[in-house]
Amino acid sequence: MKKMKKVVCFGLISAMMLSAFAGCGKKDSASEVIIIGGTGPLTGGAAVYGNAAKRGAEIAVEEINALGDIQFELKYEDDTHDAEKAVNAYNALKDWGVQISLGSVTSSPCVATSAETFADRIFALTPSASATDVTADKDNMFQMCFSDPNQGSASAQYISDKKLGTKVAIIYKNDDVYSTGIYDTFMNKAKELGIDVVSTTTFTTDSQTDFSVQLNDAKNAGADLVFLPMYYEAAALILAQAKSMSYAPKFFGVDGMDGILTLEGFDTSLAEGVMLLTPFSADASDEKTVNFVKKYNEKFGETPNQFAADAYDCVYAIYQACKNGKVTASMSAEDICDIMIAQFTTMKFDGLTGNGMTWGANGEVTKSPKGMVIENGVYVGLD
Amino acid sequence: MRALKTINKTSKRNFITIGGLLLVYLAVLALKEGGITSNLINGQLVPICAYMIMAISLNLTVGILGELSLGHAGFMSVGAFGGVLVSTLMRQVTDSNLLCLLVAVIAGGVLAAIAGLLIGIPVLRLKGDYLAIVTLAFGQIIKSIVNILYIGLDSEGLHVSVINKMDLAEGGKMIISGSMGCSGVRKLSTFTFGFILLLLCLIVIFNLIQSRTGRAIMALRDNRIAAESVGINVTKYKLLVFSVSAAMAGMAGTLFAHNFSTVSPTKFDFNTSILVLVFVVLGGLGSMRGSLIAAALLTLLPELLREFSDYRMLVYAIVLILVMLGTNSPTVRDFFGKLSGRIKSIFMKKKTAKEENANG
Repeated sequence: MKKMKKVVCFGLISAMMLSAFAGCGKKDSASEVIIIGGTGPLTGGAAVYGNAAKRGAEIAVEEINALGDIQFELKYEDDTHDAEKAVNAYNALKDWGVQISLGSVTSSPCVATSAETFADRIFALTPSASATDVTADKDNMFQMCFSDPNQGSASAQYISDKKLGTKVAIIYKNDDVYSTGIYDTFMNKAKELGIDVVSTTTFTTDSQTDFSVQLNDAKNAGADLVFLPMYYEAAALILAQAKSMSYAPKFFGVDGMDGILTLEGFDTSLAEGVMLLTPFSADASDEKTVNFVKKYNEKFGETPNQFAADAYDCVYAIYQACKNGKVTASMSAEDICDIMIAQFTTMKFDGLTGNGMTWGANGEVTKSPKGMVIENGVYVGLD
Repeated sequence: MRALKTINKTSKRNFITIGGLLLVYLAVLALKEGGITSNLINGQLVPICAYMIMAISLNLTVGILGELSLGHAGFMSVGAFGGVLVSTLMRQVTDSNLLCLLVAVIAGGVLAAIAGLLIGIPVLRLKGDYLAIVTLAFGQIIKSIVNILYIGLDSEGLHVSVINKMDLAEGGKMIISGSMGCSGVRKLSTFTFGFILLLLCLIVIFNLIQSRTGRAIMALRDNRIAAESVGINVTKYKLLVFSVSAAMAGMAGTLFAHNFSTVSPTKFDFNTSILVLVFVVLGGLGSMRGSLIAAALLTLLPELLREFSDYRMLVYAIVLILVMLGTNSPTVRDFFGKLSGRIKSIFMKKKTAKEENANG
């Protein structure tokens, strides 16, 4: 009897395997559509980034397809912000016949998928995976966002240039690649510029529910500016707790802070006066941004954040490179990869997140960050 | 056939499990080489091997020794990071991928076994829920230690720090950098290597269970006082099981880490420990075959459900609940029982017919 159960189990497995094989039929390559795929956390704790990137890219693809020139087809797979799942998601995309990759949205999954795209010779441009390991030693991996070291040193430079604070406290998440990456370079630059860092405290995923210890440490050290290199969920809690203990320094964040205003149940008045360094602001008045924000709002009922804008730019940058390099859908991913590398290292690109962007051979982007401050619940340029 | 009859029932079951595993391996290998399996499946073969080893090694602790362990991913973590460290060092000496991986796997196993011995010592004083909490805490300790561990390699040798990144000489490279874990790991693991490792672990476990030691361990599980009264050394056997189980988890960790170009300490958290425990419970406590099937099935399932997109994890959870209910429901068991009886009777009829023919 028990044996039979196992036999049935085996049967079920083989049925599932079969269905998996059935799913591996490649896309019709004769169609005139270039297939773009990316992975991102569409579910789980980091879902807001994955979904934003996916939606931004969707809008760009829609617009480009409407032009009637080069046609794109886009697919995003869920990687739940996990390297192992990201490789699975990438393999699913490969089965689907992906020709150009959008990498992964978050850093540590993107380190894993970039090794795969490198081995498979598929060109990849990530909207927001900022760790340096993403692009290290890979000639076909490019970034649309600043790399972590750039963000850290740019933040220190900005704080020092604008004389935003005399005594700086830092709270960072020491089990997170993104947060520690920025922290390391911020500290190096701060030493160089002579910024007085009076308090450094940490937290982890398991302890990100209470920040009274860290905030008290900063308060007792007399810090008048608190640097928060982290994603916005934790930052939202820090802001709320700082208010409840009536500690009101200036708060300075990086691009992970973006999204705090759209967090459900977050009192936006808490974020009043918070400064952050981000390449995109939804309230900018140039035509491109206005147009994008309007479309995003109509379609998804919320204001786009920087991740959406980065992904939007990614698709347009790929479009520009495809057009200049005369890429057609019938080319193999490997041929496209060579053309794209040649294009990306030589072209200039104007997008939502900056004008005149260029890429180095190491895959890192050059563009200038904008300082933003939150006033009356919206971002306003600091300059 | 006659030779099979003379050996005992458990051995026969074990042979069937190993034989089945070999058949599945050959079939999958043939399909893979023939280019029939999708990339999605091919990419999962090594992780499945690693999870299978995790499941059978945890089953040794939970099913055979009867102690609940919630920190199994901790041993995997020790094996993963220790293994990557050793394989990077080996790279200085040899260019052979296989040799690098082999030494790394052995080192990962040894390091994890030492960790298993360490956890074994406090464990001897505890049982039941208390033990579970200690193993849980142990898993967290490992995660926290790796989180602050920085190891770099340059021309002057190995540098270790628990505070921050060190300045390395020209051409130096960070091997483990704290919360970022390891990146730029060479992909050394292959399906065949993973399978051989799995087979070895399985044979070791089967032999352990069938031996005098195994009977002593199971006696401890069933009644500790009675076992002690006949002179079974509790300390010795508990430590033995903990270190063997940890060593296997460590080897699985090394195998797993060398399949991805990056591995971070947060991967081996409480959730991974629970996931492996789910494999064991779903497959049946003490049943190695069940653990193997459950590990393969539950690793593949979320990926095969990708078509459900947003509802993927919901469907996964529902399937999990249904399988748990199904395998425990008397009605379902009855149904399968009858079915197996019917199939058996068909075979029997054929057999008797054959025998009659032979006689006639």
